[in-house]
Amino acid sequence: MNREKWKLLRDLFFTFLKIGPVTFGGGYAMLAIIEREVTGKKRWMDSEEMNDIFTTASAIPGAIAINSAALVGSRLAGMAGALAATIGVLMPTVMIVLLLGVAFTYLQQHPLVAAAFTSIRATIVALIVYAAYRFGRAVVWDKTSFALCLVTVVMLYSFHIHPILVIVGSSAIGILLFAIKVRRKEEQATRQDQTTNPVPDYFMGEGI
Amino acid sequence: MVDMMLLAQLFIVCLIIGFMAFGGGYAMIPLVHDFVVDRFGWMGTQEFTDMIAIAGMAPGPIAVNSATLIGFHQAGILGTLTAVIGMVLPSLLIALIIVYMVKRFGDRQNKWLHSAFDGLKPAITGLIIYSALVMAINNGLTQTWDSHSSSQMLIFLASLMALLFLRIHPVYIILASGVVGIVLYS
Repeated sequence: MNREKWKLLRDLFFTFLKIGPVTFGGGYAMLAIIEREVTGKKRWMDSEEMNDIFTTASAIPGAIAINSAALVGSRLAGMAGALAATIGVLMPTVMIVLLLGVAFTYLQQHPLVAAAFTSIRATIVALIVYAAYRFGRAVVWDKTSFALCLVTVVMLYSFHIHPILVIVGSSAIGILLFAIKVRRKEEQATRQDQTTNPVPDYFMGEGI
Repeated sequence: MVDMMLLAQLFIVCLIIGFMAFGGGYAMIPLVHDFVVDRFGWMGTQEFTDMIAIAGMAPGPIAVNSATLIGFHQAGILGTLTAVIGMVLPSLLIALIIVYMVKRFGDRQNKWLHSAFDGLKPAITGLIIYSALVMAINNGLTQTWDSHSSSQMLIFLASLMALLFLRIHPVYIILASGVVGIVLYS
């Protein structure tokens, strides 16, 4: 490996190492900082390319910050780049969590810590409800998506189906609904050819 | 003596979770719960909630933080490494494949893939709601009315209001809640 490549790898590693510990809670807070470093300071790519990476990073499984690091790294320097960026973004946070975890293991019996965590457990439930609200606000927008969301909760809660089945099943339903929509559109198109008075387009999501 | 069997289990569990972790941290709580509490019995439900609490307090993604803690809980530092690598490997592999595909075939929008996500996203919302439900039940929020459960309910509602209306980072709300807990329960 030549010198240029090493320098790039080292740069990737340290850039993402800096990003790691800055943001709490991961996810979207991290993206602004990644963008500032990657498109601003380092000029590795333009903001349009950066946005494409964020879109992809949120669509593939895994944490969005890690995915972004892996995508930026592999885009710039292949497999080695992906590794350098990912390890960089992971290292500080993993160490901080480890320290917290070790501290908790020793302190959890302490009455003050136990009391604090009795309250924190209720707050975590609120945090998850809030996460559901934040995520759902953007994606539950019509009758179909509302029904899908509701059915998922009922299936999980009352019938104890496995979460993996939910993920696989709902993707299949998404594809199925799309196929039905495409077919309907085709039928409607032929019908419109036959009549001079076309039926108004009521629910055709153009470009979905 | 390193328990290879345990490390292998940790790795595979985290790998599966990593591949299925669409929609970020809180959506995969039911999946992690299923493996870690129900299937393998590595943790009790209260321990599990505390683990999620610590994962939420630290910087970094919830999924990776959980892997770090579960791995450490089961097999020390080696467990942490195994679990984190398992959790991150799917991201790495998929990122490499995507960058390769885009280079090779160009950035074509795939309608069928998008339609799969149209189904997946509402279901992920459902998954997160379900995980809130399970956590609420596990932590006695829905128990019969007594001073403990009502104080927990109040903390829950106050936290939710704070998250919705104060534009501050969740970690401060967790810390504030800890202080409230010390005042109330010690």
